[in-house]
Amino acid sequence: MGGIEETVPINDEYDIVTARSQGKSTAASIGFGLVDQTRISTAISELARNILRYADSGVVYIREVASEGATGVEIVAEDHGPGIADLELAMTNGHTTGGGLGAGLPGTKRLMDEFEIDTEVGRGTIVTARKWV
Amino acid sequence: MQETYEKIPVLKIGDFLITSIQVALHDRLALSLQDDILNKIQETNAKGLIIDVTTIDVLDSFITRVLVEIAKMANIMGVKTVLVGLQPAIAITLVEFGMELTGMHTSLNLEKGLEMLKELVKENEV
Ligand SMILES: Nc1ncnc2c1ncn2[C@@H]1O[C@H](COP(=O)(O)OP(=O)(O)OP(=O)(O)O)[C@@H](O)[C@H]1O
Ligand SMILES: [Mg+2]
Repeated sequence: MGGIEETVPINDEYDIVTARSQGKSTAASIGFGLVDQTRISTAISELARNILRYADSGVVYIREVASEGATGVEIVAEDHGPGIADLELAMTNGHTTGGGLGAGLPGTKRLMDEFEIDTEVGRGTIVTARKWV
Repeated sequence: MQETYEKIPVLKIGDFLITSIQVALHDRLALSLQDDILNKIQETNAKGLIIDVTTIDVLDSFITRVLVEIAKMANIMGVKTVLVGLQPAIAITLVEFGMELTGMHTSLNLEKGLEMLKELVKENEV
């Protein structure tokens, strides 16, 4: 299975633009339609922005995945920032510690099929989201 | 790193300001567009604003918020905003995400947008 894998380091706001356009083209090559491409790149943009805002830097991986005959995309947004102390609170619409609207994580979860957060205070955060074609 | 000289032009045609976003919008560019539009409104006494997003293929919460802010402030300054050319895939994604383009009208293309804006400005003046 010659899967696509893209790595986008996130260090400044231009990298957010790169991540979302990379996400869109990767989603297209995996076989997603236009609306899904848009959902996926919006999700990537939100996760990349959270990295920049809360952890200063990190990496977004965009890769093709396969499971039981289905093809999909996996987005992994990884940083070594402060971590999230209260995950349930962070996933609540409207909760923000960064002067946003607190819409990013819950909105991203709605746009994707699968969504997990692995985080530890002082260690960092890994958000994994998948969507199937 | 790219330079910050890049700018999105804001044109005045009659009573309207028209801006067409033709480049990938990063955060700072979006904020400088917001400043430019508001300054131009003040300088020109424009009555209507068209923001053409035909070539934008992804919007996220930050950019959406900036667009909503622009329309809100323009409205306070007596200027109606029409967003032109929003791709249906983006509109669908925004709704699912839970974001709304409040405070502005939307139109399929520039021509329809101009007609709509003329009507809105007329109503505004009655
Ligand atoms: N990578 C991260 N590292 C540390 N904390 C994070 C990270 N991502 C999110 N958070 C925490 O989770 C909260 C909710 O994130 P979410 O993206 O939903 O909203 P926001 O970024 O505050 O606002 P919005 O995304 O609407 O601009 C943030 O305020 C922050 O406290
Ligand atoms: Mg966020």
